[in-house]
Amino acid sequence: MNVTEAMKARFDREVAKYPADQKQSAVMACLAIVQQEHGHLTLEAEKEVADHLGMPPIAVHEVSTFYNMYNQQPVGRYKLNVCTNLPCQLRGGGVALHHLEQRLGVEMGGTTADGCFTLQQSECLGACADAPVMLVNDRTMCSFMTNDKLDQLVEGLRKAE
Amino acid sequence: MMNAQQVLQQFQATGVQTCFHGRHIDPQIYAGLDGTNWRLKDYEARGGYEALRKILDPLTGGLTQDQVIATVKESALRGRGGAGFPTGLKWSFMPRQFPGQKYLVCNSDEGEPGTCKDRDILHYNPHIVIEGMIIAAYAMGISVGYNYIHGEIFQTYERFEEALEEARAAGYLGDNILSSKFSFQLHAFHGFGAYICGEETALLESLEGKKGQPRFKPPFPASFGLYGKPTTINNTETFAAVPWIIRNGGQAYLEKGKPNNGGTKIFSVSGDVELPGNYEIPLGTPFSKLLELCGGVKGGRKLKAVIPGGSSAPVLPADIMMDCTMDYDSIAKAGSMLGSGAVIVMDETRDMVESLLRLSYFYMHESCGQCTPCREGTGWLWRVVDRIQNGRGKPSDIELLNSVADNIQGRTICALGDAAAMPVRAMLKHFKHEFEAKIARSSAQLDQPRDIVPAGARA
Ligand SMILES: NC(=O)C1=CN([C@@H]2O[C@H](COP(=O)(O)OP(=O)(O)OC[C@H]3O[C@@H](n4cnc5c(N)ncnc54)[C@H](O)[C@@H]3O)[C@@H](O)[C@H]2O)C=CC1
Ligand SMILES: Cc1cc2nc3c(=O)[nH]c(=O)nc-3n(C[C@H](O)[C@H](O)[C@H](O)COP(=O)(O)O)c2cc1C
Ligand code: SF4
Ligand code: FES
Repeated sequence: MNVTEAMKARFDREVAKYPADQKQSAVMACLAIVQQEHGHLTLEAEKEVADHLGMPPIAVHEVSTFYNMYNQQPVGRYKLNVCTNLPCQLRGGGVALHHLEQRLGVEMGGTTADGCFTLQQSECLGACADAPVMLVNDRTMCSFMTNDKLDQLVEGLRKAE
Repeated sequence: MMNAQQVLQQFQATGVQTCFHGRHIDPQIYAGLDGTNWRLKDYEARGGYEALRKILDPLTGGLTQDQVIATVKESALRGRGGAGFPTGLKWSFMPRQFPGQKYLVCNSDEGEPGTCKDRDILHYNPHIVIEGMIIAAYAMGISVGYNYIHGEIFQTYERFEEALEEARAAGYLGDNILSSKFSFQLHAFHGFGAYICGEETALLESLEGKKGQPRFKPPFPASFGLYGKPTTINNTETFAAVPWIIRNGGQAYLEKGKPNNGGTKIFSVSGDVELPGNYEIPLGTPFSKLLELCGGVKGGRKLKAVIPGGSSAPVLPADIMMDCTMDYDSIAKAGSMLGSGAVIVMDETRDMVESLLRLSYFYMHESCGQCTPCREGTGWLWRVVDRIQNGRGKPSDIELLNSVADNIQGRTICALGDAAAMPVRAMLKHFKHEFEAKIARSSAQLDQPRDIVPAGARA
């Protein structure tokens, strides 16, 4: 079972925001909750969300594949998304990405052999004046990430294991 | 030993650089913020919810719906989401007598490259948006609203939820607000990574639990919106401007800016300046003044070009830009648009082909794929710019880029197609020589098959 009772309780807080006949509106939030708990989405988990919201599993899958932040595959314990869009690129977004590639020994898109980090580039995170910026595990924005700070972050997360 | 969350906490923005730098001019939305004073009691101490009390005041009789809309019209507040549509006029389109449910939606899906103003509003002053929405709901007779927040700023979404709880507990939201007959329920919704959901009809689809694919307009959301019901959508900053207008009057707001461009506007300045950040200044302030507030061009270098309104706005060369004032009309006259107010500054060392390459990749990546000209055209633009950048361009490529852009612009369901095409045309118009120079240096030896890779992979 992918969806626990505790998760269902969280689902229901989302469902309560919408008209009774529009439960489907909660699908994005429910999928984000599943991802937070399990790291990525599976077809089985999507089916459970679909059942909970009374929608066809294919409609859930359409949603999970449309939005960039849903992980269709397992990712490392920490997913690092570095913004490389133009405003960030002008202030070292690309440099940050390449520094991490070297430091972690993976190419963009890859996961370290120990399963600790997945490194991705991303489009505008909406924090352009903080460049270089990076989003960790979909929920925590890290700002002004110079190479030194990136090293500290990587070290810190490795030690926090 | 620190746990992971504590480790990450050390790298979180404090807002000091982007928002509490004291270099705004006459701010209304960012006034008095310090990062710790976002809660309800702090907002009330700044005069928060007074506008709502004024409207609902049982002693004076308050303001009627028509009076509120007339005040907003008088203020010349224009939509801060990019299109600059007059807000009062939009509110007057709402069929107030419509018997069924109507909805109010706040567009906080800020994803236009260069734009980060709504994040700082929501994170450091969430109640100003809540109050603005309550007033809007009152004016249009709406009982339910949603704030659609960019999924990438999840911490801000969580904070907004907290602010909503505070407002409910204090009787500003829910049934019979401040003991009046007016009721309004407001909820937060989060996206999960799709630029296109900032387009209002894509946003509505997303809010309905679907893929965010734009709908044809017309019908506009005012007649067919969320769940098919009449809906008004405004940007975060638009709602945030409303409480001040109600407290001080439409005329006072108008006078802060310039005719047809009322009030202050927040500009997100990024790129080659000493002090990137958000700057709230009166509309009509000279660009040179804004640049000065930002500490000038980084490293004392020369200004080369500016994209004045987010990545979708046409680029302007330095000399044209230095003559502009920061308002909708001046920037439009110069051949670009004020858009979302994201000012992307580029210094003399910048390579325009490389810059366009990153933007073209973005539009290709974010096209929702519904319309053929956009789906195919954005990919085509990217591939051609990529080959020019990487020494394999052909002399005919410049014409090709223009013609692909022509075939996208004006032929698509939503404005993303135009947003992809316009930067290309403007870059070619003002910086054609850089494209030509790269093409002239292209060499035949390079003309071998080569894998094309995502933009950031080769910075
Ligand atoms: N803030 C951001 O992150 C981004 C902003 N943009 C901006 O978005 C703009 C384009 O937005 P659109 O919504 O496509 O512009 P639009 O011109 O179609 O609409 C502007 C607003 O006015 C309303 N409206 C216009 N005519 C109406 C009518 N006759 N009846 C009722 N309502 C009417 C629309 O519903 C909408 O809310 C661009 O100019 C761009 O600057 C684009 C990308 C990202
Ligand atoms: C591709 C695209 C993306 C957009 N993104 C946003 C956005 O992130 N935030 C926003 O407020 N408006 C965005 N807009 C504009 C909205 O469609 C709409 O015009 C706006 O939310 C209306 O609010 P306003 O009148 O207060 O500006 C976007 C438009 C397009 C075409
Ligand atoms: S213009 Fe592009 S993004 Fe907009 S609806 Fe068409 S394909 Fe989708
Ligand atoms: S461009 Fe990187 S966060 Fe906006």
